[in-house]
Amino acid sequence: MNYINEMKIQFLNKSVNEGLARVAVASFCAQLDLTVETIADIKTAVSEAVTNAIVHGYENMSGFVTVCCVYNLNEIEITVSDYGRGIEDITEARRPLFTSSPDEERSGMGFTVMETFMDYLEVKSSVGMGTTVIMRKKVQV
Amino acid sequence: MRIDVMGDAMIIRPKGELDHHYASEIREKADRIILKGEIRKVIFDFTNVLFMDSSGIGVIMGRYRLMEAIKGSVCAFGANQRIKDLIKMSGLSRLITIYPNQQKALEVK
Ligand SMILES: Nc1ncnc2c1ncn2[C@@H]1O[C@H](COP(=O)(O)OP(=O)(O)O)[C@@H](O)[C@H]1O
Ligand SMILES: [Mg+2]
Repeated sequence: MNYINEMKIQFLNKSVNEGLARVAVASFCAQLDLTVETIADIKTAVSEAVTNAIVHGYENMSGFVTVCCVYNLNEIEITVSDYGRGIEDITEARRPLFTSSPDEERSGMGFTVMETFMDYLEVKSSVGMGTTVIMRKKVQV
Repeated sequence: MRIDVMGDAMIIRPKGELDHHYASEIREKADRIILKGEIRKVIFDFTNVLFMDSSGIGVIMGRYRLMEAIKGSVCAFGANQRIKDLIKMSGLSRLITIYPNQQKALEVK
């Protein structure tokens, strides 16, 4: 991709930073002339990926979450990475309503929400190394 | 966030962005009242919720399970289209009704 602009932020896995990530990405996307609806879609997807990194990636450990955001003339790409425990079975994890922590009232809808609100979702993970979620959305710039 | 108790009904009124960070606060405050045992109906007022992700679904599901166990019910009102879509996507719409306003939500037994 030939990027027009690019942003990268990193923050500690504290739940209070979920809001920070949404605001940062929304502000970055505000450089483009997007509809309120599109920005809301992106914010929701980012919130899901960042929450997963914080809740599942690190659990009780401490670590950094990285959010990268780039765009070119027709697409926004957002990458959320953690360096935590990783996902053993990605197919199972992506299934609607699947959650490994029902007692914490996770709904198991995170990946489904990301898939619904974005045009492309790719999950890369390796146990003990961490997880990277790549999401893309078509935009008209 | 405000919680109003009216008879055996409890109205939970979250404010702002309903994410995982906020969800734990809502759960804690709501359950402190529910677990006293007098509430039969939990009503979510989404009027002032500007953003919600699947953590909000988790909060509703959790209260639904709790109320189901004591033969109570859960419903909602004031949800915008995005919130309605999320509730539908998760299959929760089969379990809880979304009413157009507070009066309707309180009326139904
Ligand atoms: N960053 C991550 N690191 C480790 N496991 C993850 C990560 N993201 C998702 N998972 C796993 O995938 C499952 C499904 O995620 P999701 O659809 O967001 O549902 P939920 O977060 O409600 O459990 C999680 O329960 C967890 O087991
Ligand atoms: Mg999740």
